[in-house]
Amino acid sequence: MRGKTWGAVVALHLGLVAVLFALNFVLPVYHQGVLARVMVLAVYAIGYNIAFGYTGLLSLGHAMFFGAGLYGAGLMGLHFGMSALPAWLVGTGAGALLALVVGALALRTAGVSFMIVTLMFAQAVYLTILYFGDITHGDDGFVVPGVSRTLAGIDLSQQHPRYLVGWVLFSAALLFSLWLVRAPFGRVLVAIRENEERARLLGYDTGRRKLGALVISGAISAASGAAYGLLFGYVGASFAGVQYSIFALLWVLLGGAGTVLGPFVGTLFMFYLIDLATGVTDAYMLIAGVVLVGLTLFAPQGIVGEVRRRLWRDLP
Amino acid sequence: MEFGPYLLLACLEGAVLAAVLALMASGLSLVFGVMRVVNVAHGEFYMLGAVMAWVVTSVLGGGAVINFVAALILAPLIVGALAVLADVTILKRLSYDPERTIVATIGLLYIIQQLALMGYGPEARPVAPPFNSRIALPWVEWGEGGIGLYFPWGLSTTSYKLFVIVAAVVLLAALRLFMTRSRAGLIMRATQADGEMATAFGIPVERVYALVFGAGAALAALAGVLIVPIQQAHYLMGGDALLLSFIVVIIGGLGSLAGTVVAAVLIGMSDGIISVFFTPTLAKIIATLLVALVLVFRPQGLFGVRER
Repeated sequence: MRGKTWGAVVALHLGLVAVLFALNFVLPVYHQGVLARVMVLAVYAIGYNIAFGYTGLLSLGHAMFFGAGLYGAGLMGLHFGMSALPAWLVGTGAGALLALVVGALALRTAGVSFMIVTLMFAQAVYLTILYFGDITHGDDGFVVPGVSRTLAGIDLSQQHPRYLVGWVLFSAALLFSLWLVRAPFGRVLVAIRENEERARLLGYDTGRRKLGALVISGAISAASGAAYGLLFGYVGASFAGVQYSIFALLWVLLGGAGTVLGPFVGTLFMFYLIDLATGVTDAYMLIAGVVLVGLTLFAPQGIVGEVRRRLWRDLP
Repeated sequence: MEFGPYLLLACLEGAVLAAVLALMASGLSLVFGVMRVVNVAHGEFYMLGAVMAWVVTSVLGGGAVINFVAALILAPLIVGALAVLADVTILKRLSYDPERTIVATIGLLYIIQQLALMGYGPEARPVAPPFNSRIALPWVEWGEGGIGLYFPWGLSTTSYKLFVIVAAVVLLAALRLFMTRSRAGLIMRATQADGEMATAFGIPVERVYALVFGAGAALAALAGVLIVPIQQAHYLMGGDALLLSFIVVIIGGLGSLAGTVVAAVLIGMSDGIISVFFTPTLAKIIATLLVALVLVFRPQGLFGVRER
């Protein structure tokens, strides 16, 4: 990539970050709340994108990492009264650890088997949450206590702090993934996605790099889950269910797998689409189904992927 | 009830589950075997079969037997036709790419499920069984005068449950005969062995794929019709059924019909028996972990043979 276009790319991403910061002060309350949610969930999608979009690991179980973060942080708050930052760190660490264990086993398989293995592990995690209902409050979930929702004396349940913390997390994840895809490690991941055999032939230990990618992906997903629980105050088993694994796939596919901006664009789009649909019908997941089928049929590249194909070849 | 009769009862319930599961999973296995794709929407075809049975019954409004026979014929046909349509409009255009097919069938899952919610509603509705006489079962006991038979209270089954077991056995035997003895079965097996070679020999592979996908869905629908007099029809009933069939198909070895049936009996029976000792959630956790580990360490399944 030439230096000039790289400058434009950095400007574009920093511009998005700046616009999102400014929106905090102009958006009406409802949309500010929606955008805060979208930013935190887009971090989950960014994490998923590192595994699926850049490394080619199609997982159907990422909700277990999101759930590990959500419950890791939430349970610390509920049972030990931990404050926000340490609780968030525990959640993120729990996700990374789970990704390490699951990855060590699941990465022995590939393709369709990998999809089913991750699906099954995620299902086992979901059922485990239900099984230990005494600790996790099972299906009903629990409300995160106020102690854990304060950061340096600031109440995170308030509109503006909540938005800004979400914004900080999102910006960090976005810029990290922008840096990662330019770094040597990220380039090897793309090489693995394109042709694992060849990457191995070039002397790269593809197994370890895939595990590394999955751990990073799991940790970012968990960071999103932990922040989601702490910022919005509710922890429930449905966030660890199959549907949330599918959501990550859906958001990334819609925005564009293997693009840095794709996860955010996809999450934003899908969130508003479902928001509109819930006003009309209970069967709002119909939209998710139609979009999934439509994307695989007509636009496997997603929105940002199409932009890259047609307008801006060098967009990362 | 004492332990012995209780175990017999658990086995009987397990056998009914195994029968339905074997039918449904053999549909999934057939599709995977011939087309090499995983149909995630399979559970929704099962749900559609159950819902269609209710629809047919309430539209006809005849006697329970006529209604049920009509549902048994019509529901699989309708669901099979829908699946053929989905195959031609969606899967064919993805050239049956394994990963994209899974994503598309996930989409299909939500479409079918949510349309069922819109059209059929969130209620669970029953269908009357064609016959349902209670059959008390005897139990042997060492009495004072040697062996004696007695009928413990609560140890009973219904004629309909026995019918489900018999029907599944007959249908599976017919499926096996069809695959091994008929010309259509031969064509399917030829396509399974080598799609390109089959094309070279003039087999219309795409049409075979569409029909196999339809047949797989019809098998799931058939299982749905058979279960609906026991369980009610509900738009979310496909999820658990899909998970169980996945477990069965993977334990039995992907694509192997015989292995699938053996695994269905194993899983169905043990589900009945394990639930006696453990909570159902723990049983499910063990089963899903087992499946994941089988795929990791023994991808050909517990009963399969490694290819080459």
